[in-house]
Amino acid sequence: MMNVSNLSKNTLNEMFAANKRFDGRKITDFRKIEITYDVSNKAEGSARIKLGKTDVVVGVKLAPGTPYPDSLDKGNLMVSGDLLPLASPRFEHGPPGFNAIELPRLIDRAVRESGMIDLSKLVIKEGEKVWTVFIDIYPINDDGNLIDAAALATIAALKKAHIPSINEKGIVDYDKKADPLPLQKDIAPISFSFFKLGSSLILDPTREEEEACETRVTWGVSKMFGGYRINSCQKSGKQIITQAEIEKMMSLLPEKCDELNEKLKKLL
Amino acid sequence: MAKRSDGRKATEMRPMIAKVGVIPNADGSALFAFGKTIAIAAVYGPRLLHPQHMQDPAGAVLRCNYDLLSFSVSDRKKPGPSRRSQEISKVTEWALSPAVDLSQFPNTVIDVQIYILQADAGTRTAGINAASLALAQAGIPMRDLVCSVALGKLDKELVVDLTKEEEDQHDGEGATDFAIAKIANSDEFTLLQLDGKIAPEQVNEVMVLAKKAAEQIYEVQKKALKEAVE
Amino acid sequence: MDNELEMAQGADETDTESEKKRKVVVPGEVIVTGEDYLPSDGARREGKNIVALRYGLAEESGRVVKVIPLFGAFVPRRGNVVIGRVTDITFYGWLIDIDSASSGFLPIEESPRFINKNEMDQFLAIGDVVAAKIWSVKQKGIDLSLKSNGLGKLEGGFIFRVIPSRIPRVIGREGSMISLIKEKTGCNITVGQNGWIWIKGESIDAQIKARQAIEFVADKVHLSGLTEKMEEWFSKS
Repeated sequence: MMNVSNLSKNTLNEMFAANKRFDGRKITDFRKIEITYDVSNKAEGSARIKLGKTDVVVGVKLAPGTPYPDSLDKGNLMVSGDLLPLASPRFEHGPPGFNAIELPRLIDRAVRESGMIDLSKLVIKEGEKVWTVFIDIYPINDDGNLIDAAALATIAALKKAHIPSINEKGIVDYDKKADPLPLQKDIAPISFSFFKLGSSLILDPTREEEEACETRVTWGVSKMFGGYRINSCQKSGKQIITQAEIEKMMSLLPEKCDELNEKLKKLL
Repeated sequence: MAKRSDGRKATEMRPMIAKVGVIPNADGSALFAFGKTIAIAAVYGPRLLHPQHMQDPAGAVLRCNYDLLSFSVSDRKKPGPSRRSQEISKVTEWALSPAVDLSQFPNTVIDVQIYILQADAGTRTAGINAASLALAQAGIPMRDLVCSVALGKLDKELVVDLTKEEEDQHDGEGATDFAIAKIANSDEFTLLQLDGKIAPEQVNEVMVLAKKAAEQIYEVQKKALKEAVE
Repeated sequence: MDNELEMAQGADETDTESEKKRKVVVPGEVIVTGEDYLPSDGARREGKNIVALRYGLAEESGRVVKVIPLFGAFVPRRGNVVIGRVTDITFYGWLIDIDSASSGFLPIEESPRFINKNEMDQFLAIGDVVAAKIWSVKQKGIDLSLKSNGLGKLEGGFIFRVIPSRIPRVIGREGSMISLIKEKTGCNITVGQNGWIWIKGESIDAQIKARQAIEFVADKVHLSGLTEKMEEWFSKS
């Protein structure tokens, strides 16, 4: 797999400045989104997203665990994932590289800070036993923008998830579904990763576009308290982001959030 | 014998699904399912092999990696390779190598990645079937496709393609699980793994059943490859 | 940048289906039976049968039977024109990534004119793109040369990849397909056998169009009637 060349980078820079892309989109357009469920009947919830050719599966599993000392009345949340070597010629075996570590952490923060999962309703025995919600994210094909794709698939998987049955002795019966996973109504932390090339900020890049970009800022946004709230943010990469660029992203986020929420409503 | 819990006859296989080209980035890829067991495989290569001392001047190195996704099983599997997955990765490599002509690509590696999306027994066999398709799609020269299935014995009766429930049975002589792989259209077996209690004469009967089952798998694989070009 | 070699390696369409018979075959499948047939690329003789060595389109041309791959990685051959990206500069030449299992090397002696050792990066810097010819394929790597018409550093435009086995039909018989695309879009195009293609046009729109046209052709699996399909595509857009 070849690294991005100087001339392609220059051409993409020109194209983005003219609001053009190879697949006909504008620089803030998202690709076609397809979501399917039941990736695994062994998961308590699972979903698969295709965002253009980017393909990510997310599975939700629950298991009894001990609560953290500073949150004895709440269930636990653990988000993991791996950049499977099958998804890209760039991904290799062995200890996770930074990208493999960063992706689940970003999704974790967005889900946790938005409060989408009502962890207070996941107590089995207060102070002693709670449910731990495991969210596992696996890209199957990387054609760019894995983070935003993973976030959408995570929301979908959580919305269809349920708690397994557990008897008085504490033995879990995974084949018997109990209640749906307790979620805060209408909260869905959508991720928007802006990628910067030259002075353009683009959304939902293909892998080719992503590799030409120099820096990324990912925002986790959800609708709450009658408006929008940013739940998380992370800038990644060496280039600077100007104040004007931050203002630009803030001005775009509400409309993008609405647009994606509409799409999600139809898909979920 | 009484019908099996899912209504199948003793020598009946679960419905199979095979689809090629499911991962656009890969040089070859496929999905293969036996009933509720679903495997996905991708092939990248021949490509550069680092570090140099691992290179083989006689031909490509076939490097297989098999693993379960954490949510493919009831009790979540912690991410990362387990000893079981390392063993299966190795036997998968041995199951596929005899069918592949690696001599044309010295000093390179052909990476085969297999992941299980949903596990209901027969995961390594579904993985080998998917990998065989992925290798073929990648244009790797092969003598023939490789077909794999798990046969077994429930108490005294020989059966084909066990589910997890059947593998876990303890009645009578219990369950015997015999995973095989063979080169299609031949008498050559490339994978043999057995757990249980089975008499030598029955092993011979199993090999006969295995050949018949492999023929059915071959037809499904061939169809998937031909359909990818329609 | 026209190139004789790229013309020679174009694919033939089936104008008349009877001239070349094609069918999809899987490894190990019998293609034809008979003592008269001669197995070529991707096929072998097994007793009376000609058997496929790999997955692809089996083609009978008279007595010769071969299997044209449809997918898969690039297998480098001497004489191939490839497009690559400079990854490093050493004392002896430039290391070029040609997206293949072996790395490419362009010795300083194979540049089109004399280059001083201390101005190597002015001629080709890391990240630059070249169209080069494969001079030799050895165990330790692939040697490249720029000493031919139509080769050298590529400036402006962009590069992108298609599946390498689709390159012959992107070029077309005697270059007919690629010439059609160049004509309709007014772009300069250089096609590498390793699947990488360079396009440079007068406008962004022309470049986008040329790429979309090439991807349209590359995606098609069956080869019949491609020229008509391409003409139709251009008239519609």
